[in-house]
Amino acid sequence: MENLINIGVRSIFVDNMIFAYFLGMCSFLAISKKVDTAFGLGVAVIFVLGITVPINWLIQNYVLNAGALLWLGSDFANVDLNFLQFIVFISVIAAVVQLTEMAIEKFSPALYGTLGIFLPLIAVNCSILGGALFMVGRPYNLTEATVFGFGSGIGWLLAIVALAGIREKMKYSNVPGPLKGLGITFILVGLMSFGFLSFMGFSL
Amino acid sequence: MSETIQEAAVAVEKKSEPLFSKKNKKLITNPLDIDNPITVQVLGICSALAVTTQLKPAFIMALSLLVVTACSNVAISMMRNSIPSRIRIIVQLAVVSLWVTLVNELLKAYVYDVSKQLAVFVGLIITNCIVMGRLEAFAMSNKPGPSFLDGLGNGLGYGLILMAVAFFRELLGSGALFGFKVFEAVGFHYKGNGLMLLPAGACVVVGVLIWLQRSFNGYRESH
Repeated sequence: MENLINIGVRSIFVDNMIFAYFLGMCSFLAISKKVDTAFGLGVAVIFVLGITVPINWLIQNYVLNAGALLWLGSDFANVDLNFLQFIVFISVIAAVVQLTEMAIEKFSPALYGTLGIFLPLIAVNCSILGGALFMVGRPYNLTEATVFGFGSGIGWLLAIVALAGIREKMKYSNVPGPLKGLGITFILVGLMSFGFLSFMGFSL
Repeated sequence: MSETIQEAAVAVEKKSEPLFSKKNKKLITNPLDIDNPITVQVLGICSALAVTTQLKPAFIMALSLLVVTACSNVAISMMRNSIPSRIRIIVQLAVVSLWVTLVNELLKAYVYDVSKQLAVFVGLIITNCIVMGRLEAFAMSNKPGPSFLDGLGNGLGYGLILMAVAFFRELLGSGALFGFKVFEAVGFHYKGNGLMLLPAGACVVVGVLIWLQRSFNGYRESH
C-alpha cells in the first residue's frame, strides 16, 4: 500500500508529465485559456490515461515481450514482438478514445457535452502514449501501472488548471507586444516548472 | 526541327508546374519563419523542449521528424481519396507509426547511443502534433508532390528552432557545442549553468526566442 501511495505521489508531483517531461504540451498550451475548459480536458486525460496504461501493460506483458506468448503454447516461446510496440500502443489508445467517446455519448449526454470536443484530441496527446512508454521502461506490476496512469493524469490536470488560472489573470497585465500570448506563456511554464523542482527527490 | 522540340519542351513545362515555382518555394520557406510550426502554430512543443539539452540528439531528432513528416505526408496524400473521414485519425496514426517504427529501428542500428538518449521521444513522434497537423491540414487535400514539399518545409522549420534552442542550452548549460568544450578552448573558465539543462530552462529559452522572432517579423497575437 505504501508503495502504491509513493508511486501515486511521485507521478503527480515529482515526475509531473508537464513540468518534468513536457508531455502533452501542445494541448496544454492551446486549451489553457479558460479554467473550465482546462478542467474538462484534464478530467478526460485522467480517464484515458487510467484506462490505457493498464491495458497496454497487459498487452506488453502477455503479447509483446520476448517469450510473453508462452501461454499460447511452447511453439511461441521464442517470439519477440517488441518492434510492434508503437503501432499496437497507438491503436489501443485510438480505439479506447473512440470507445470512450461512444460510451459517454450514450450513457451520459451531460458529460459528453463537457468533454465531447476534447476526447478525439486526446488520442494525439503525447502524455497518453508517453505514459504507456514510460510504464514499459519501469518495473511496475498491474496495480502499480494503474496507479501510475491515474497519478500522471491527475498531475496533468493540476498543471493545466494552474496555468489556465494564471493566464486568466494575465489578460489584464501589460505585456510587451511581441511577448504577448505564446512567449509569455512559455516563460510562465518555465517559472512554474522551477516551482515544481522543489518536489525533486521527494519520496515516502 | 530543333525549334519544334524546344517548343514542345516549353509546352510540357507549362502544363506541369515546375518544381521550384513560387508557390512551391513558399511551401518550404514559410514554415521557416512566418508560419513556423513551433513558434507560430504551437505544434510539437513536447519534443522541442525535451531533447534539446545537447545539439547532437537535437539534430538526430530533427532529422527523424523531417523524414517522418515528409514520408507520411506523401503516403496520406496518395491515399487521401480512399480514407473514410470517420476513421481518418486512426488511419493517419497507423501510417505515421509505421514510419516512426522504421526510423526507430534505423536509429537503433546506426546511432545506438543517441537512440538511447532520445529514449521514448522517438516513439512520441507518432503523437507529435506537427505530423498530425500537417496530415490534417495539408496532405488530406493536396497532391503528393506539394505534400512532400510541405512536409519537408515544416520538418526544416521544426529543426531550425530545435537547433537554436539546443545551441543556447548546450552552450550556456555545459559550455560546449556538439560536445566540444568551446569556452575551455578559448582559455576561459565557464562552470555551466545547470538550470539551462533542466526542463524549466528550456521553456524560458523558447519564450525568449519567440520574443526575438516576433520583434523582428512583427507578428502579434490579438488578445
